[in-house]
Amino acid sequence: MSTFVYMTRCDGCGHCVDICPSDIMHIDETIRRAVNIEPNFCWECYSCVKACPNHAIDVRGYADFAPMGHSVRVRREEEKGTISWKIKFRNGNEKNFVSPITTKPWGKFIPKLAEEASPDQGEINSQRLYTEPNGLNIDGDLPTISKDTFKKGVYY
Amino acid sequence: MITNNPFSGLSEIISPIAMQGFAIAMIALVAIGTLIDIIHKKNVKYFFDNAKKAKKSAKIHLSTRQRTSVILKTVAHDIATTAELGRGKRRVAHVLGMYGTIIFWVTSVLLIFSFPTAGSSTPSSLTIMWHVGAIMTCLGGFWFWLFLRVDVLAEAHPWYRIIKADLFVLALLACATFGLAWSYTQFSGVIELSYLFLVLYITSNLVLFGGVYWSKFAHMFYKPGAAIQKNLAEADGSRDNLPPLADAPKQFGLGIKREQPKHY
Repeated sequence: MSTFVYMTRCDGCGHCVDICPSDIMHIDETIRRAVNIEPNFCWECYSCVKACPNHAIDVRGYADFAPMGHSVRVRREEEKGTISWKIKFRNGNEKNFVSPITTKPWGKFIPKLAEEASPDQGEINSQRLYTEPNGLNIDGDLPTISKDTFKKGVYY
Repeated sequence: MITNNPFSGLSEIISPIAMQGFAIAMIALVAIGTLIDIIHKKNVKYFFDNAKKAKKSAKIHLSTRQRTSVILKTVAHDIATTAELGRGKRRVAHVLGMYGTIIFWVTSVLLIFSFPTAGSSTPSSLTIMWHVGAIMTCLGGFWFWLFLRVDVLAEAHPWYRIIKADLFVLALLACATFGLAWSYTQFSGVIELSYLFLVLYITSNLVLFGGVYWSKFAHMFYKPGAAIQKNLAEADGSRDNLPPLADAPKQFGLGIKREQPKHY
């Protein structure tokens, strides 16, 4: 599965770009609307789907387990603190769920990103994601694999 | 400066008929560009197919009166105040630019068609509106382009990075800026500069109205249509398959405050 954007709904606000943990939601250079630049790397976390204030992002399921005609959509109401899901099956059956956005006090266990220092240009251009490598609870730098160990013709 | 009609001075070198012909040609370019865009992208076909699909999954049958009411509310709220942009700087900048552009274009047409010659006495309110419209366009447009563009705000690109999506906003800003500069230099007696700004004003108009197919110009037609379809879908219960609004939120405690998307 991967996310895709309804272009008429998107207003290019950048919330999906901001929240995507894989850094694959970007702004299209021709129409200035959000676009998933690498669907294969999308892990279907639904962060962007929930964050979109215009419900412009949807998820396309693989046809083998999510046949044509299904729908999984979500509505996040921040002022109420709720997140609602609607699952629509191919035969027309529907299931609706409402949950709290978080059960923990806001800001206590979740980092307040607005209070963090802005990244410099080097950090922006870096391949590393926010809090890496410290956030991964590893000692030292990120692990790397030497290219010499690759078997030519298999890996590259 | 702002009480002078810049087009009446122009009539000494360009005939009013030529000016009026240019304005009609620009309107025709917008119509042709939008039509080609619709044919190429098939977005209107998609829009109507989607509307048909939504009608099939409607839970409430809306009468003509109810539909009209939804459409009127959408026009008054969503379209007239660009509600989809939420509450914030982007919306203020867009509203400034949108109304500035409308005033600038409408008064341009009125000045060209009703008071094109030096002999005709132009009402000062009309010329003031033309200048105010251009200034509003510049304020909203430059604010958006320099600071609020998503590329700059959420993607951390530098403000001077120009992409294809900037064609519309930059051409619009060029029109308003060069129009103001042309008016100012014309009535300050700087004739050479006024001719330069006139040429730039005409060129930016050609780029703006001639570039509809390549630019985001047509969003001003598509976005209102999408807003109406969205609100009709909410009213008839199909809601584009979205869940209904949460009905028992109290048990979940306080809501949260969304942060501005600028964490790079």
